[in-house]
Amino acid sequence: MINANLKSSYAADERVLNNRYKQAFVYATILGLALFTLFGNDYLILIASQMGILLIAVVGINILTGYTGLVSLGHGAFVAIGAYAVTIFGNLGAGVIPAGLMPFISVPLAVALAAAVGVLVGLPSLRVKGLYLAVATLAANFIVIFLIEEDLFAPWTGGMVGINTNVPNLLGWELDTKREMFGLIAVVGLVSLLAAQNLIRTRIGRAFIAIRDRDYSAEILGISLLRYKLMSFALSAAYCGLAGALFAYFYARILPEQFELALSLNLVAALIIGGMGRTMGPVFGVIIVVMVPEVIKVLFGALAGDSAGAGQLRAPLQQIAFGVLLVLFLLKEPLGINQIVDRILRAANRWPFARG
Amino acid sequence: MSSAPRAGPKQLLHGGGRLLKIEDLHLSFGGIKALQGVNFEANAGEITGVIGPNGAGKTSLFNAISGFYKPDRGRVSFEGQDITTLSPDKRAALGLARTFQNIALFRGMTVLDNIKLGGHTRLNTNVWQALRYFGAAQKAELELRREIEEQVIDFLEIDHIRKYPITMLPYGLQKRVELGRALAMRPRVLLLDEPVAGMNREETADMARFILDVQEQFGTTILLVEHDMHMVMDICSRIVVLNFGQQIASGTPEEVSKNPAVIEAYLGAAA
Repeated sequence: MINANLKSSYAADERVLNNRYKQAFVYATILGLALFTLFGNDYLILIASQMGILLIAVVGINILTGYTGLVSLGHGAFVAIGAYAVTIFGNLGAGVIPAGLMPFISVPLAVALAAAVGVLVGLPSLRVKGLYLAVATLAANFIVIFLIEEDLFAPWTGGMVGINTNVPNLLGWELDTKREMFGLIAVVGLVSLLAAQNLIRTRIGRAFIAIRDRDYSAEILGISLLRYKLMSFALSAAYCGLAGALFAYFYARILPEQFELALSLNLVAALIIGGMGRTMGPVFGVIIVVMVPEVIKVLFGALAGDSAGAGQLRAPLQQIAFGVLLVLFLLKEPLGINQIVDRILRAANRWPFARG
Repeated sequence: MSSAPRAGPKQLLHGGGRLLKIEDLHLSFGGIKALQGVNFEANAGEITGVIGPNGAGKTSLFNAISGFYKPDRGRVSFEGQDITTLSPDKRAALGLARTFQNIALFRGMTVLDNIKLGGHTRLNTNVWQALRYFGAAQKAELELRREIEEQVIDFLEIDHIRKYPITMLPYGLQKRVELGRALAMRPRVLLLDEPVAGMNREETADMARFILDVQEQFGTTILLVEHDMHMVMDICSRIVVLNFGQQIASGTPEEVSKNPAVIEAYLGAAA
């Protein structure tokens, strides 16, 4: 199965899907998603939608942490900003802007707002690195949740009890079922993934990686650290804002507690498990992060039944399993599932010759 | 591609312009005086060597020229423009490139991507174009790729390793890739910090050949810090000698090698 890799033009060599296997995989995935949207069962649609929304946010985290090497523990804030902004803009604009055009205005506004706040939160990254930056970004999460819950803004945000969200209306098409929403999420998710991949293969993406690998060397090549670090923060916040907007559209109601620290940590955990700084990393990570609790739920239900006592036992078990998984990945496979997949593909590619 | 039209090698060689001028440069870290009044000019199209015993301040001088250290006193000017207070990325955009003593390549990337980074300032793809890729970004990327393949990878004879990650390469090749990355910037002035440190004789000869080729083909002005005296004497047209931050001599290789102060700095005073 040796896969010859001869190219006769630079364009062919620069292509992302540079062999037939990759092309087949991507086209099959798109076909599979289309069929799934039409025929998948309701429970699986729900799970897949959660993955899709989370995926968009993790792709954003990947740009920041995976490629630029800046750790943030506050990106739940941007998901919150996206979700609340799209809802509040929707409510304020109702009656003024035609319903069918609303998402085309409120979503870009929400994403832009998240990106703008992202630049603010990114400012400390010019001074501090690593753990210190993680702590500085942590503050963003708390401040945003505090502001949402604050009585002063409660008329718009709904405060602690949350707020009902709007049904998205795309040019007259109301996406009022989970299945229709999944269709939207799948399309937006694929486009987001593609856009991130595109970003990474141009000068901007290379500048990000350069800053991650050796910042002084990046500077000597004419890369402004100020500009690119803030750009990375803005882009990742924009992705999270987009995920938040879809989150608000998907669920009937949003609550501040859904966007607390646990979400920020989940995003980073998904990236670590999936594989940092790789296009497919977020995909693998999100599948695991969403599936593990579900699998435990099903297995535990089969073993211990559905009694209230069993339910009480299950929640901490899910947490513990998740924690153990994360530690195992950090110790054994710091580059995540992507690395495992790469290794398998490499061995398959060389078969029947030496493995490795 | 927006870059100043480059003067041909001949023009630069015979123009005799002073491309890089260091005037009375002083730099100290607390009580340590790293540089005390360094003065020299790098003539356009020439190779100028900076030598001196360990701790003489050679790398500090390079860091001051490339913008990492801010000198206490003195001036660095580039083509007549005072660049003493410019940040490193702005100096890079003017046409100042360098390599590092301890290789400073991006280890998570392939050889090709590392060299492509050298072309960063010449591309102007914005975020929107980058996210879309097809169109302006693709055109710029392919143009850069072609240029790098033809002018850098082929020139440095590293086409067989272009797709390799940096970590897989031996030391000598990594040094060559770093030179390639600097060349992709199409520099007017190239600072090489110990380009052959730790290399065997054959690798040193290869690197010396590449440096001379760069000078001849691209007319690049080169400033070189090196401990390998044979190489320095062979390829430099002028040499500046530092000792304990002070400039103790400058001149042609013959003048410098006969200078008593230099002999004393290197060998100790004659008993």
